[in-house]
Amino acid sequence: MKLELRGISKAFGSFYANKNIDLTVDDAQIHCLLGENGAGKSTLMNVLYGLYQPTEGQILLDGKPVEFSGPGDAMAAGIGMVHQHFMLIPVFTVAENIALGAEATKAGGVLDLAVTRKKIREISDRYNFDVDPDALVEDLPVGVQQRVEIIKALVRDARVLILDEPTAVLTPQETDELLEIMRQLKANGTSIVFISHKLREVRAVSDVITVIRRGQVIDSVSPESSTTELANLMVGRAVELNLYKEAAAPGQATLQVRDLSVVNAAGTTTLDAVSFDIHQGEILAVAGVQGNGQTELTEAILGTQPVTAGSVKLEGTELVGKSVKQVLRSGVGFVPEDRSVHGLVTQFTIEENLVLDLYDRAPFGKGISMNLGAVKKNATQQIADFDIRTDNQLNPASSLSGGNQQKVVMARELSRDLKLFIASQPTRGVDVGSIEFLHRRIVAERDKGTPVMIVSTELDEVMELADRIAVLYKGRINGIVPGDTSREVLGLMMAGASAEEAFAQAEYAKSDNEPVEAKPVPVEHQEGEAQ
Amino acid sequence: MTKQKSESDLFRQITQGPGLVSVLGVFVALLIGGLLIAATDSKVAETAGYLFARPSDFFSAVWAAGTDSYIALFNGAIYNSSQGFKPFLETLTVATPLICAGLGVALSFRAGLFNIGAQGQIIIGAVMAGYVGFAWHLPVGLHLLLVVIFGLIGGALWGGLVGLLKAKTGAHEVILTIMFNYVALYLIDYLMNTEAFRRPGETNPISPILDASAVFPSLPGSNLHLGFVMAILLTLAVAWILKRSTIGFEFRAVGHNPEAAKTAGVNVARTTILVMALAGALAGAAGVAQVAGTEKVLTNGIAGSLGFDAITVALLGRSTPWGTFFAGLLFGAFQAGAVNMQIATGTPIDIVLVVQSLIVLFIAAPPLVKTIFGLNPKKKRAATSEPVKAGAK
Repeated sequence: MKLELRGISKAFGSFYANKNIDLTVDDAQIHCLLGENGAGKSTLMNVLYGLYQPTEGQILLDGKPVEFSGPGDAMAAGIGMVHQHFMLIPVFTVAENIALGAEATKAGGVLDLAVTRKKIREISDRYNFDVDPDALVEDLPVGVQQRVEIIKALVRDARVLILDEPTAVLTPQETDELLEIMRQLKANGTSIVFISHKLREVRAVSDVITVIRRGQVIDSVSPESSTTELANLMVGRAVELNLYKEAAAPGQATLQVRDLSVVNAAGTTTLDAVSFDIHQGEILAVAGVQGNGQTELTEAILGTQPVTAGSVKLEGTELVGKSVKQVLRSGVGFVPEDRSVHGLVTQFTIEENLVLDLYDRAPFGKGISMNLGAVKKNATQQIADFDIRTDNQLNPASSLSGGNQQKVVMARELSRDLKLFIASQPTRGVDVGSIEFLHRRIVAERDKGTPVMIVSTELDEVMELADRIAVLYKGRINGIVPGDTSREVLGLMMAGASAEEAFAQAEYAKSDNEPVEAKPVPVEHQEGEAQ
Repeated sequence: MTKQKSESDLFRQITQGPGLVSVLGVFVALLIGGLLIAATDSKVAETAGYLFARPSDFFSAVWAAGTDSYIALFNGAIYNSSQGFKPFLETLTVATPLICAGLGVALSFRAGLFNIGAQGQIIIGAVMAGYVGFAWHLPVGLHLLLVVIFGLIGGALWGGLVGLLKAKTGAHEVILTIMFNYVALYLIDYLMNTEAFRRPGETNPISPILDASAVFPSLPGSNLHLGFVMAILLTLAVAWILKRSTIGFEFRAVGHNPEAAKTAGVNVARTTILVMALAGALAGAAGVAQVAGTEKVLTNGIAGSLGFDAITVALLGRSTPWGTFFAGLLFGAFQAGAVNMQIATGTPIDIVLVVQSLIVLFIAAPPLVKTIFGLNPKKKRAATSEPVKAGAK
């Protein structure tokens, strides 16, 4: 099905999230929408999906103008959407989830799941989805849940599939599988709108790439364009994609983590006897698929997570058993993974957030009284220093974009002398321009001689920053490898292989199958991943 | 998680939403109250009998009934030609405990705690202050000071205990404060029948009169006492705590986002205990104002319905110190004026309670007021976006 958007504008008050957008997605085409966070990609897709009404412009399907007053209309017209956050009910089975909203019924309104099950098997077989209709959604890995979402759209006869940042939650291997699924769907005649800001994937799978910036179409380019070209188009200025950093000059191992274990409230061991060192002037990146113990690791060091066994020594002082305040006071800078939940009080002003964990120390606090002048002065300085974009430091932090919120957290944590800097997902949901800036700051902190621990599920980020990489899998460290380890090896380790196995297997794959093109070929890794 | 989040958003919206909603809520409540007054008015009923013959009679009777009552209310609460501003002094007197206890409730609201235990805290504060006032005999100055301090401590203990239980066991503060209210209520009933508290030779549950050295000095010719100054000072103190102190910073951080506060090193459990103790102390001050200011004796009805009115006052004041102060004055005026309204126009006192309750209703349901006045953002957007769409064809 051919989809055309003509002159679409969407205004919120006087602000235009989309302005005069023209976009044509041909039949059986993978069309990528590339743009930073907040560029207006999601708004545009919500207009297309009937969630928003366009202020101006027209949507045409196969040349005929259509109007959607809600997602129901869009679905009926053959448009399906897989949201970034899955719209699945965890305690329902796959079949129940898929039937939901379009339940097949027998006489008397009795639910007929057999019909749905059959459809799921058909689709699952056709595309090698390997989805069991009777599995509970909460038991499925994220990658499979995503396939359930795709099946949901296909069951409703979607001819145009919108995938909103589908790879954000996937491992590299799962990502490769998804890209393969997209190619198959295309071969079967489905058009796909693929929303992403990850240049590698976009180039691997797209037929056309349309770059959106500040709500407007900047250009449509072919996937042969270089990553630098794409990044420049996306950001609107020349971007340094490859971070320049000097080789690390590691000093003493001042952070020593030994056999650190965490058992959660349900009795599951979420962190299993983890041991590693971090040297002064070194970045250790902790890689891994989300939910493999990263959160527990950082929180155990900070002290917000009860530790069942093990020790964390910073410059010889034991941190386990200390209060969060004591840990912070002993020189730990901490950037939590979810800034809006743990990093900021979004209703507080930017000023207040910039002293959120410093409010009771000189010069901001003395006894129980706070020096509001010092708080104000600090904010002015940090805002200038970190280029935090706001017109008033008394605005609530919620008024800032994701990138600027992250800058607030980072500025605060780097504004004191540190003996250890921990940053979890330092650039999640942050635009490319800010990523570059934040990465430079992290490297600068390393160059000051601070031991730095970065936890990231973005492999690009890990590879960019790390001097050494530790891979977490099911709460254990699978191995610690050099910072220049290849994506394939890391991917295998993230899926559970030990460092030796991963190196061997990657070596084997390389010699056995000379790469024909730059596109990653996933099939070879599947055995390793299945375990 | 998301459910919890939206619940706390709702809590914030109700306790700390925009002040305009309060003002409009009062306005609408007064309007409806006026209609209710008219509905119960005999003249209105009479003219309604020939409504269609002479509708103007009916409407002027409605208008007269409403305005007469509110004028009588005003005369009883602020100013009248025979007494001058003396009624206003009575308003301030009645407002004093409302402000103190309201501040306590407001403070806990700001820390995200739905403290409805002011009633119990007032009672315990009043019991301790009253006992020191009538049982001990101390020099002038020192005696009153100790009365105040023991009142604050009593409230702080009663509130702090709730904080402790919540922090240590995770019990919900709403349940805890409700039950602590009952415990306090029956405790004072019991105490007033013991020899230590009951006035000698008296069978009713009433204590000896407090020593002259133990009560707040009052303005000659009125009931207004020094407790009102205490209320002003406490308002200033709470304003300072919330805006300029590290503990206030912690209270607000915990109130908005306990997870972020914890990550930033705030001891959430300790903060909960501290907030509840301070809130209790403020309610205890209301107990002091009652026992050492207005009543000068301890009875088991010393707290009246103050603890519950305090919640309303804090809500109306949007949990800000000065908002609570002025809301306290407004409620003081209602109560002081209600008596005069009944005497002058025969309007039942209960109408004032109805108006007060309507105010709460409108504040607790902000969308209601917003809808009435067309302030709903959703509707507004639809209204502005429509012409644009039409212009676009």
